[in-house]
Amino acid sequence: MMPTSVPIDAYSPHGRKPKRIMEPRRIMLYAVLLVAVLYYILPLWVMVMTSLKGMPEIRLGNIFAPPVEITFEPWVKAWSEACTGLKCEGLRAGFWNSVQITVPSVIVSMAVASVSGYALSFWKFRGSEVFFTILIFGSFIPYQVMLYPLVVICRELGIYGTLPAVILIHTIFGMPILTLLFRNYFASLPEELFKAARVDGAGFWGIFLKVLVPMSVPIFVVATILQITGIWNDFLFGVVFAGTQNWPMTVQLNNIVNSTQGVKEYNLNMAATMLTGLVPLTVYFLSGKLFVRGIAAGAVKG
Amino acid sequence: MKSSISVRDLTLNFGAVSVLKNLNLEVAEGEFIVLLGPSGCGKSTLLNCLAGLLDLSDGQIWIKGQNVTWAEPNERGIGMVFQSYALYPQMTVRGNLSFGLKNARMPQAEIDRRVARAAEILQIGPLLDRKPGALSGGQRQRVAIGRALVRDVDVFLFDEPLSNLDAKLRSELRVEIKRLHARLGNTMVYVTHDQIEALTLADRIAVMRGGIIQQLDAPQTIYNKPANLFVAGFIGSPSMNFLHGAVVDGGRGFSVAGTVIALEGYDGGRPVEMAKAILGVRPEHIDIVHEPESGRTIPATVELDEPMGADSLVWLTTGGAQLSVRVPVERRLAPGTAVHLRLDVGKASLFDAVTEQRV
Amino acid sequence: MAQAGRPNPLFRNLTAKIATLPMIVTALVVFVGCSVWTVVYSFTASRALPVSKFVGLDQYERLFSNARWEQSVTNLLFYGVFALVFSFVIGFVLAALMDQKIRFEDTFRTIYLYPFALSFIVTGVVWQWILDPGLGLQATLRGLGWETFSLNLIGSKDTVIYALLIAGLWQGTGFVMVLMLAGLRGIDEDIWKAARVDGIPKWKTYVFIVIPMMRGVMITSLVIVASGIVRLYDLVVALTDGGPGFASEVPAKYVFDHMFARANIGQGLAASTMMLLSVLIIVIPWAYLEFGRKKGR
Repeated sequence: MMPTSVPIDAYSPHGRKPKRIMEPRRIMLYAVLLVAVLYYILPLWVMVMTSLKGMPEIRLGNIFAPPVEITFEPWVKAWSEACTGLKCEGLRAGFWNSVQITVPSVIVSMAVASVSGYALSFWKFRGSEVFFTILIFGSFIPYQVMLYPLVVICRELGIYGTLPAVILIHTIFGMPILTLLFRNYFASLPEELFKAARVDGAGFWGIFLKVLVPMSVPIFVVATILQITGIWNDFLFGVVFAGTQNWPMTVQLNNIVNSTQGVKEYNLNMAATMLTGLVPLTVYFLSGKLFVRGIAAGAVKG
Repeated sequence: MKSSISVRDLTLNFGAVSVLKNLNLEVAEGEFIVLLGPSGCGKSTLLNCLAGLLDLSDGQIWIKGQNVTWAEPNERGIGMVFQSYALYPQMTVRGNLSFGLKNARMPQAEIDRRVARAAEILQIGPLLDRKPGALSGGQRQRVAIGRALVRDVDVFLFDEPLSNLDAKLRSELRVEIKRLHARLGNTMVYVTHDQIEALTLADRIAVMRGGIIQQLDAPQTIYNKPANLFVAGFIGSPSMNFLHGAVVDGGRGFSVAGTVIALEGYDGGRPVEMAKAILGVRPEHIDIVHEPESGRTIPATVELDEPMGADSLVWLTTGGAQLSVRVPVERRLAPGTAVHLRLDVGKASLFDAVTEQRV
Repeated sequence: MAQAGRPNPLFRNLTAKIATLPMIVTALVVFVGCSVWTVVYSFTASRALPVSKFVGLDQYERLFSNARWEQSVTNLLFYGVFALVFSFVIGFVLAALMDQKIRFEDTFRTIYLYPFALSFIVTGVVWQWILDPGLGLQATLRGLGWETFSLNLIGSKDTVIYALLIAGLWQGTGFVMVLMLAGLRGIDEDIWKAARVDGIPKWKTYVFIVIPMMRGVMITSLVIVASGIVRLYDLVVALTDGGPGFASEVPAKYVFDHMFARANIGQGLAASTMMLLSVLIIVIPWAYLEFGRKKGR
């Protein structure tokens, strides 16, 4: 089932050693890399600069210029006053909604998927691979295809428009990638360890909790990073399943920027954008290579 | 002697592939059995079946008079030692040793007593509070043996326990395992592909191939009287020389490359005439002489010699076949020298070329 | 302790089977069940609520005679082709450059990849501001003296799709680059030595030896990028909301709007069935290739 594997830990560069004197070819190389850097980094620069300016300064019409007068007022306003539709209480509520959605979703989805991955690698039974194959292929189906039936199911369960619904949906759609991640990780552990634990009389849960989980901290960290960013950034499931009172930050940001009437307050918009992006960006910059490992490992699906 | 392990008509299929075929094995109490064979012969599979780590397709396994065919591994009264040591990396040595006992809800005092005893026997006392990562390969394998030891069981199963160690450690631990067996007197089933381990450790060796036990005998018997061509070729390094010829003169002579060698003194059944037969002679059972002796020698030409320290291996050709002969290292023979080989028929093995069985 | 008979295989390792129930239920009920439900109900006249009044292909006839759907599909095709080509080219070139033992590799990678950590909503909102004709990039460059500079992508029906492309590539190419770089790093160092001994120029080594060896990574990237393209929704909502008019509509948004804003569920289901079909067209040949290869071994 695993067609391709990206060797994520192979970090030895090819090519010649760097020469001390810069030859023209290497100058070209760095020039191209730096032009690309501009494309990627300018939006972040613009975002930060705009969010620190007052509206009069923005009307001068230079998005790249740093603020003459730094003001944090847009940030305060975005956090506690901006209008997200009918209410004008800022992104604060959305932030806490996102926390309330993300934390349990991350925990539940990882618990379910790690147990499935463990069972799939050590306790195979007739048909287990078939279900897994369906799960992996299912991950390619566009969400829109399953969206409405899931709404019906959530309504039947009486949880539509509540936090449990959106947690359930995140658990479901996180399952293929996480199960794959855990399955591949557990499969890379020596099978003899599992055998030794069985001879030692540990059962399904004993082996998982006492032997495997303690030695799988790295993969749990990778999965956590993957899930925090993924769920925090979600828009579709939040807007459909969470219910208006639980709308996550992404939905509220979109409302602030795109649903307000009248004059657009760009500095406020950018401050709100920064606030929304802050959690995944922090996770990204703190985790460094682990993030790369996570998405590369997560990407090797199918 | 009482039977400790009894395997009855064991069959194991993986899908359409039959890994073990109708296999029977009786292991006496206190016996050291080595399962030997090339990779894929089913020896590790058999061991895993004994441990209860694989479900069999058919047959029964009895340990200590109990039918344990469907018992869980921990219920079988076995301890197991693995090739990769399989120590729990996050637990200390003490934790590794006591994990199984804790799972069995044994009182702490008894656990401590058993851990202390195992540590004493294996001399790993100072390592008890370290983690496996801080141990050398040899120390890890001692701990792994200790994990089987604390279970206080009658049957030890070893799955290639020395294969991950370097040559020097391997011979040290080999001696240690032998000493342990002498001291504890447990039944031991030991899987290896290393014939030196098999020959030195075993009371009896089971040579396996294709899921079938080819021969089950004492090491000397396996070495001197291999039951068939496969066993003959698998045991011994360099392997046995095979001369393709025919049994003539009503079973009294073996004809090869135009010469006839008398089969007088052959240790085995009475040979009958065969159009196609194979005579197997080990390199140390051939003498190189310079004069032909009627009915005892065959002519050969020296190809090259390989001095190996204590002795030297001479490679020769005779009638298109290649032979090796072990000689004292002082004896140098120039390539191209024409010589004669005197075969020790009393220590040779004669095989039917069709059935491949020893006569 | 010792049992004589063979236990029922169904109950052997029962705990493991129970523990995988959530996975089994997800696979069967959600991925199979819900997809089938969607296909079946796409043949009904469901409006505000799903009803089982079957109307044959009516929804599909309506779908294909709908200008907005036609525009959505055209947009997705256009966006898809360009996004695929550009993310592969940019991703591979950047990865190949990064693989030249450069200094500050980690810094470069961190910069190229950070947009991938951001949501499509954030991406859309940022680019909406940068591409704002009144005060964004256009105004800035004009203000700096480039009077004739014109970049009003969002405002015009003909160019709005390029705005989506620029933002989408900004968010996603870093990821493709990381995949490609991992693929490059997975290639045996000896291949490079052999090519150099044979005197093969570097670009030829890349084109004729390295890229064919990266088949696995290429296919993985292709599948991921392609299934991401089909799902394109959040970015459109945040950047253009489908406008101007319906010039930047995409199928996923068409589905969502009909289901949740226009109370026309049957129409939404028909559209999502078409999305399912298009994904199957991508995934089935790929799966066939992979399975065929596995079996051939």
